[in-house]
Amino acid sequence: MTEILPYIVKPREDTGLYNAKVGIWLFLASEVMLFGALFSAYILLRVGAPEGYWPHGWLNIPVGTANTVVLITSSITTVMAWASCKMNQLGRFKLFHACTVLLALTFVGIKSYEYHDKFTHYSIKLADGKIADGHLVEKTKDFNLAQKTGEVVIHGHEVNLVNKSGDELQKELRVIYDLRSPEARKVRHTELKYRASQIASLETYGPRHNTYTAIYFTLTGLHALHVIAGAIVIGFLWGPGSELWQTDHERFTNRIEVSGLFWHFVDLVWIFLFPVLYLL
Amino acid sequence: MSDEHPPDHFSHHVRRYLFVFYALLFGTLITVGASYIPFGHRAVNIGVALFIACGKGFLVAGYFMHLISERKMIYGIMAFTAFFFIGLMFLIVFSFADFPPLTVRH
Repeated sequence: MTEILPYIVKPREDTGLYNAKVGIWLFLASEVMLFGALFSAYILLRVGAPEGYWPHGWLNIPVGTANTVVLITSSITTVMAWASCKMNQLGRFKLFHACTVLLALTFVGIKSYEYHDKFTHYSIKLADGKIADGHLVEKTKDFNLAQKTGEVVIHGHEVNLVNKSGDELQKELRVIYDLRSPEARKVRHTELKYRASQIASLETYGPRHNTYTAIYFTLTGLHALHVIAGAIVIGFLWGPGSELWQTDHERFTNRIEVSGLFWHFVDLVWIFLFPVLYLL
Repeated sequence: MSDEHPPDHFSHHVRRYLFVFYALLFGTLITVGASYIPFGHRAVNIGVALFIACGKGFLVAGYFMHLISERKMIYGIMAFTAFFFIGLMFLIVFSFADFPPLTVRH
């Protein structure tokens, strides 16, 4: 005879909770501390940044807003899938959970587009001390900075920080760091071509560019991993895992609830990440 | 949470979930809109955005995660977490008061 562990499906009498629910909340507690540590790192980096050097408007707000709507919508489809389990409506459950997986993939797709935008955005320090900033248009095949061969073309603008201080320096800094400032909005972007011999150094807006991009990629990368992990679990419960619907419906419903709690937490984290990284 | 409700009671819950969903969408629009309003000091913008985010967080945790009607044990776990989370944030505040001797402050 097969023995079934107690409280896998039914709540314990003392706590009123089944085991998996206690487990997921303990896990979510550890997740709060994980993201909390990174949020505190963000605050420390931001407050400690020299005046004028903390970026504003580096991320596309309409794209970020669209991704927020995608994640919020996936939260309602998740909770509706759970409600469908409770109401014993398999068809509706399948529909809502399929939507959740598709929305999760949409979120990751949009995030990938944003990452690609940053990895093709170059900051070029020129030999004369100026900074050229813009998106890569073309890099010749023979481009080699060490050997000073080839050319690079960007669509952007130049900024001159050399021998500038006080208000003058702050105005120039706003052109690079505060893209929502009047100074940055006035700048016209054109195609700029540089020979390797004109370039002192160049780098993308990747994680190593500055502390903002470092914490941005760390926070959103970790969050995206959670989205992917959640999508895999929800996808499994939508597909092969849904066989449990027939054999042990209550246990299956509990699984949907537990995976849903994780998914709502992922949404909750993004609700704070979006204003902090995109808007402020 | 609401496990004890019979299935026919769920249509009532579904209406509530939809209301929360619309409130979250509205909150998102308000957050974006408020970020374009110059409140005079950036700290005010940060405060407003985080206030709205907390409201949205309350809706997700309270209604989608059912924390509004949870068992005592879950509240215990969350209270424990909140204590350490707040402690973590206070570490930052303390760090600003922690200067080595002879530090020149401008």
